[in-house]
Amino acid sequence: MSERANSDGRPAPEAFLRAAAQEGRGRLKIFLGAAPGVGKTFEMLSEGAARQRAGADVVIGVVETHGRRETEALTRGLEILPRRTMAHEGRTLTEMDLDALLARRPGLALVDELAHTNAPGSRHPKRYGDVEELLAAGIDVYSTVNIQHVESLNDVVASFTRVRVRETVPDSILEMAEIEVVDIPPDELIERLKEGKVYLPQEATRALSHFFSKSNLSALRELALRRAAQAVDAQMLDHLRLHALGGTWAGSERILVAVSELPGAEELVRAAKRIADAAHASWAAIHVETPRSRTLDAAAARQVATALNLAARLGATVASIPAANVVDGLTRHAADIRATQIVVGKSARSRWFELRHGSVVDRLVRGTPGVAVHVLPLAEASAAPPAWSRAAAHVPGRGWGTRAGYAWITLMVAAVTAAGSALFRVLDIGNVGLLYLLPVMAAASLFGLRPGLYAGILSSLAYNFFFLPPTLTLTVSNPENIISIFVLLGVAIVTSQLTARVRAQADLAAISARTNAALAGYLRQLTRLSDPLEVARVACTRLSELLGVRVVMLERTGAGLTVQGESEAGACLETMELAAAQWVWDTGQPAGRGTGTLTASDWQFQPLQAGERMLAVLGFARDDGGDPVRSDRMTLLGSLLEQTALVLQRLRLESEMRDVDAVRERDRLRVALLSSVSHDLRTPLTSVLAAAAELRRRGEDPLVATIESEALRLNRFVANLLDMARVEAGALKFNMEAIDLSDAVTGAAHDARRALEGHAVRLDVPPNLPLVRADPQLLHHCLLNLLDNAGRYGDPGTEIVIEGRHLFGQVHLAVLDRGLGLPAGREAEVFETFRRLEGSDRAVGGTGLGLAIVKAFAEAMGLAVQAGNRQDCRGAVFTLLFPPSSIVRDIAPEGDI
Amino acid sequence: MPAKILVVDDEIAIRRLLRNTLERAGYIVAEAMNAREALSQAAATCPDAVLLDLGLPDRDGLGLIPLLRSGGDCVIVVVSARDATDEKVSALDLGADDYVTKPFDTEELLARLRVALRHRGAGAASSKVLTTGDLVIDRDRRVVCRGGQEVHLTRKEHDVLAVLARHVGRVVTHDRIIAAAWGVGDDPRIEYLRIVIRNLRQKLEAPGPVGSVISNELGIGYRLRGEG
Repeated sequence: MSERANSDGRPAPEAFLRAAAQEGRGRLKIFLGAAPGVGKTFEMLSEGAARQRAGADVVIGVVETHGRRETEALTRGLEILPRRTMAHEGRTLTEMDLDALLARRPGLALVDELAHTNAPGSRHPKRYGDVEELLAAGIDVYSTVNIQHVESLNDVVASFTRVRVRETVPDSILEMAEIEVVDIPPDELIERLKEGKVYLPQEATRALSHFFSKSNLSALRELALRRAAQAVDAQMLDHLRLHALGGTWAGSERILVAVSELPGAEELVRAAKRIADAAHASWAAIHVETPRSRTLDAAAARQVATALNLAARLGATVASIPAANVVDGLTRHAADIRATQIVVGKSARSRWFELRHGSVVDRLVRGTPGVAVHVLPLAEASAAPPAWSRAAAHVPGRGWGTRAGYAWITLMVAAVTAAGSALFRVLDIGNVGLLYLLPVMAAASLFGLRPGLYAGILSSLAYNFFFLPPTLTLTVSNPENIISIFVLLGVAIVTSQLTARVRAQADLAAISARTNAALAGYLRQLTRLSDPLEVARVACTRLSELLGVRVVMLERTGAGLTVQGESEAGACLETMELAAAQWVWDTGQPAGRGTGTLTASDWQFQPLQAGERMLAVLGFARDDGGDPVRSDRMTLLGSLLEQTALVLQRLRLESEMRDVDAVRERDRLRVALLSSVSHDLRTPLTSVLAAAAELRRRGEDPLVATIESEALRLNRFVANLLDMARVEAGALKFNMEAIDLSDAVTGAAHDARRALEGHAVRLDVPPNLPLVRADPQLLHHCLLNLLDNAGRYGDPGTEIVIEGRHLFGQVHLAVLDRGLGLPAGREAEVFETFRRLEGSDRAVGGTGLGLAIVKAFAEAMGLAVQAGNRQDCRGAVFTLLFPPSSIVRDIAPEGDI
Repeated sequence: MPAKILVVDDEIAIRRLLRNTLERAGYIVAEAMNAREALSQAAATCPDAVLLDLGLPDRDGLGLIPLLRSGGDCVIVVVSARDATDEKVSALDLGADDYVTKPFDTEELLARLRVALRHRGAGAASSKVLTTGDLVIDRDRRVVCRGGQEVHLTRKEHDVLAVLARHVGRVVTHDRIIAAAWGVGDDPRIEYLRIVIRNLRQKLEAPGPVGSVISNELGIGYRLRGEG
């Protein structure tokens, strides 16, 4: 994803792509204000009115005038689109009528309050979704937004104003827009506020009045100006990249931010976005799935998902990667994507935690040489206790263990004590102590740390009580024995830690093996199938098993998107669902529940595509109506979608291949038929002609001449039929080469000499006529037919002229005869198949095919052909026109010839 | 001693006609109706020329050309209904001496056969001086006279004319002329060839509609018209 500039001065591909994406799209201009009341709407309306005066088609999509008179006055000259009213929970809400606006297709739409949240049930949850669609439809949009609504600045603003707004606009929207800052000095704004010129909702007045302190306004103003400057910067960079102006900008910086379930992850993401922006770097956000994080409760998992979603909205690449621990995962991923900077949060962990685990940051810094590590303070965790402690009970090696476990441990210690007392006579007292290692290690490895510690304490008590002198008391006389007690406890701790780690690794391996096995099994099952419907059915069933949701697959058929396969029969998609699926098919973006578009649908739809080509749409839904795909299954889902797309793509290609084979077979048959017809018709003709020639040699019988001329006509007719069949079958092979027209004309006149008998033929082709590029065989056939035609329709004894001219960059080759000519006004009709114009239907005999072939061949070679009458109207002219592109120029230097 | 001609065609009517025509012209004629027979006949009779149809029932006539060539020093004239230029070029490249398409003019066929046979008898490089019509072409001295007047030719014009004169009466493919005059290269030099031929015609021919000294074989090559 890097936008590295090419050092060789070629435009960077990304900049081109972005420019290409802009082509045909509407342009967005955002009026950015530091605070409410600066006059954004006023400014937008004035510019809209100015554009209208300049001739643009301007429509107000939605504008909030808040009853301000000056603003309202501005709307008067403009067309205002009526709003759509929707009923929601007993209230009537009005929203911008997106569909009406799209249907109206103005040149420019004015859409106030970009950050506005749409009423439930609207197509897009946020108004910027509507604007996005308007832009995609090629409509220019003017919109307004306040700086505190900008996603990446949201918490910066909140930090000093102590007012957090929920409605945010993704930075990506600002990045593609032209930004105009609507700026007034803070004093003036406060003045306006006092005069009551600033609209504030009644209930928020008190909270907001703090907002309008002079220091806050100055800070907001600075932010707005900086953001606008940044946008200008980004646009200039795009320009530089597109035109490869060779400016200097930061090289390939890559920022990696680690997201955890701890509160404050979102602030971390926003901070990373700011760092990435400042460095003009691409950035990625990852969540490291450790064995511990797998046990997080739903709330913590949602926290991670929210942070990752936010990062994706802010333009990061997002991934969730499994690893044994956070540091391992981070260092590995940082190396993979060649990150240059890592952003992590410093959690408010206890000193005790750091002593036991070492500081994550320290290990990270040591593990990633050459990488800058930013450590940002995270919000206090006091509000919500860290998720891991709540979930700790389920973690193997960390929990308190089960009651049965303790019973077993007690039993084992008792057994060892009994065995010890039995062996006490043969064993040294120290060796009896060693016996207690057995229950301790067993407990620590089987049940975890705490049961292990319990075993250690119980063992040392038993050892002390039953074996250490003075026996049957808990006092210890010999200090050496105290050491053995500590050894037992130490063994318990170390063993349980080691076991826990081994078990965690094993779990991790098992999970990844399960995922891989699921994927492999899925792929194996699908690749065995060859019927698309079967694939759809099996894919749905298996996906449903793997993800635990209902699955449907839709594909485009003649009647729009239809269900091709489903995991449970009878899945009924409502209009809303079908609309969402259609949206996915059209845009290639996911939609439905759990995505950013058409969220009111119960289903989530994901595209299956191969490259740019849409193959199918997959829909997922839970029976309980929850989010169809859990955030931790997103990676798995991604792989599954990819595999399914591959299988579908393979099937698609195979079926296309079969189609191509069928066409090829048909063509082969046609060519075979043509060549066999040509052989079978020509062979008898050859015999007839040769026999006639022999007869003619022997005696002068006029009947023989008739046989000969009729056989020749038949031959010409056969040739024309075959040529026509070849043209119509598209089976003609072109062999374009440079041709000297005088050559071509001489050859054609020679071959048509029989048809031209009784006519004088004059070739008028200047020696300096340029060479032209054509297929010699096709051109020959054209000329033969033209000469044949001239010989037939020219009055007997008249001259037939073949004339070549180089006029106005074109080469004209004309065949002129003397005769009746063509009926005026119907010249072009002579080229129609089997058409012989009335009045020319003399006893000359023609097939009506020859001129159609001339036209077909000429056009196939890129030439034009014209029919007309000679200037004196006594005879027809047929002209072949060679366009400039077919004329061969720049023949070799003289020395080469 | 009259020349022996082997007629290879699967159509009995064509064979009969050709036999008739050829015997009238004084040749001795043998017939074969398929490739197998053609090879055995060629081995048995050692013909001076073979008139070969390409559409044979048991194998493609094109494949027969090299076999006949290697079998003995005979002239091969292809007589076929196939009129695709690439078929013609490959027949010539494989070693056929000429190519006549069906339906053919019997007189023209006889003329072509005569030229080919004479050429074979004379040997390709024997005569350094060629006389055709009012032209005298001396390849060694690179002198060309028309009606007793020496004609000035450029080097390339000489080269091209020399190739055509060496195979007088027979078609020489574009590729072969270009290779002889320009050397083997991958440049599309057919444009150059067209211009050279045009210049040669202007210098060597009387202006007239038909009957040029150098005739054009559509899409295949050129032929220097020989006497008779």
